[in-house]
Amino acid sequence: MGTTDILGLFNYWMVIVLMMIGLYIVVSRGNLVKKVVGLNIFQTSVFLLYISMGKISGGTAPILTGKPEVYSNPLPHVLILTAIVVGVATTALGLALVVRIKNAYDTIEEDEIQAVDDDDEFGSAEDVQP
Amino acid sequence: MSVESFIDITLLVFLGLTAFAILKLRALFAVVMLSSVFSLLSAGLLVHLDAVDVAFTEAAVGAGISTVLMLATLALTSRREKAPTRTQALPLIVVFLTGMALVYGTLDMPRFGDASAPVHNHVAPKYINDTASEIGMPNIVTAVLASYRGFDTLGEVTVIFTAGIGVLLLLGAYIREPTGLRVQTMDHHLVLRVVTKVLIGPILLFALYVQFHGDYGPGGGFQAGVIFAAAFIIYALVFGLENARKAVPGSAVRMLVACGVLLYGGVGVVSFAFGQNYLNYSVLGASQVAGQHLGILLVEFGVGLTVSAVMVSTFYAFAGQNPPISDEDW
Amino acid sequence: MSAMIIDAFSWALLMAGSLLMVVGALGLIRMPDFYTRMHAAGITDTLGADLILLGLMVQAGFSLVTVKLLLIGAFLFFTSPTSTHAIANAALTAGLKPQVGGADAEDGAAEKEDE
Repeated sequence: MGTTDILGLFNYWMVIVLMMIGLYIVVSRGNLVKKVVGLNIFQTSVFLLYISMGKISGGTAPILTGKPEVYSNPLPHVLILTAIVVGVATTALGLALVVRIKNAYDTIEEDEIQAVDDDDEFGSAEDVQP
Repeated sequence: MSVESFIDITLLVFLGLTAFAILKLRALFAVVMLSSVFSLLSAGLLVHLDAVDVAFTEAAVGAGISTVLMLATLALTSRREKAPTRTQALPLIVVFLTGMALVYGTLDMPRFGDASAPVHNHVAPKYINDTASEIGMPNIVTAVLASYRGFDTLGEVTVIFTAGIGVLLLLGAYIREPTGLRVQTMDHHLVLRVVTKVLIGPILLFALYVQFHGDYGPGGGFQAGVIFAAAFIIYALVFGLENARKAVPGSAVRMLVACGVLLYGGVGVVSFAFGQNYLNYSVLGASQVAGQHLGILLVEFGVGLTVSAVMVSTFYAFAGQNPPISDEDW
Repeated sequence: MSAMIIDAFSWALLMAGSLLMVVGALGLIRMPDFYTRMHAAGITDTLGADLILLGLMVQAGFSLVTVKLLLIGAFLFFTSPTSTHAIANAALTAGLKPQVGGADAEDGAAEKEDE
């Protein structure tokens, strides 16, 4: 692969790096708000991937100017516009869930929530009858 | 290496650094602010990639509404993240393997900016060539969004509607009804109050401009709805939630959420009444182009209504959770 | 010829604006205290952004684009200092005290007594 190939693929690789950082935040961090932020990073990097695929070198924004021009592909733009708004809708819903979890469990750390649930399910050590 | 790719590479590197900082920081306010910076940087990159509508939406939604909602959540929950206790080896391995698989997948992709890529050769030329004659508006993205792919947008408006209802169901039970207009006697925040009063009018005007100018330039229902909601949010932030509830009552906002979807679906039903397919706008006017214009106008207006009402009601639901701060404490 | 003058003028404005932004970023890193950092960021942010917009306006000539840039400049002129004020006000209300004095605190105290 020559240098032009690497430059031609650099966009996609950086986007994959961003995706993986977002995925790592979701998987490895226990704080629920941090997970939602990581999910947002993942979503935004997917948007960048699609729009990068739609770009044409030397093209311009797909708004007709009356002169014959090369326009970048409008189809990914439409799909990603939808995706961004759906993304904020799910983020709002996720954050509302976090607020309710805080009300119910008094914490938003995943392992503490799991501990409270395990206590309720199996009883804590002090409740074991001798 | 041209200047364009230099801008591209710089923005992507900054995005990577910001994402890494979000990963490492444990102060959650800083994390939320950095995620807003991330959205703004990606909006800049999107403009560079010729996606002006998308950049507009990403800046308004990501750097605006998302940040406000996350800050509201942080005010209701904790401020610091606990240090990770378990070893992080397994997530790291999984993420590395997934990344390598994706990189292997991209080796086959057409290079960035290639004009002969398959994605440019099927439906896209039809949209670009036919928009001027069939729909007659300059913004191809709005034409595709509202007319050629109108069903997708109907589904999307329904998704926003459902999310708004979901947030109201989860958090709505704690909404305190306004008890009376509270007169602001202390002027700690004179600068904020005066500037907000000056700015709210232009913000609302700009939202209307973006809504109805979306046919000719970047814009449309989603961006306009978010900017519209931002005006009410800034009013609520500076003058208090109770005054905002007096100006725009929660019941009215909830009704507007449904009205937007009703308008969108109703346009389709009107097409039925003329004996055509659902959402076929051509019958709404004297000629096909006039009908398309009217149909897109109404449909985008429905989208703007629903989006702004959902954002405002979501903000009310989040902000209504806190007891109101009295003037002496502020 | 006049195109060259316009180009040179807009270059000068853009460079001045960018230089101010870099100075502001440097101040944000190097300043010792929260309030001095807000001072650095707030002032240079507003003026730097407005200078860059002025440079772009010179390039655009007399057209609709210039009017839009003018409106953006006016909006930034209002909101950027206000947000700086809001942050500093919030910090003061929350109890963050400005760092008075520093390396030559004694000289400062001596000067105050002389006044």
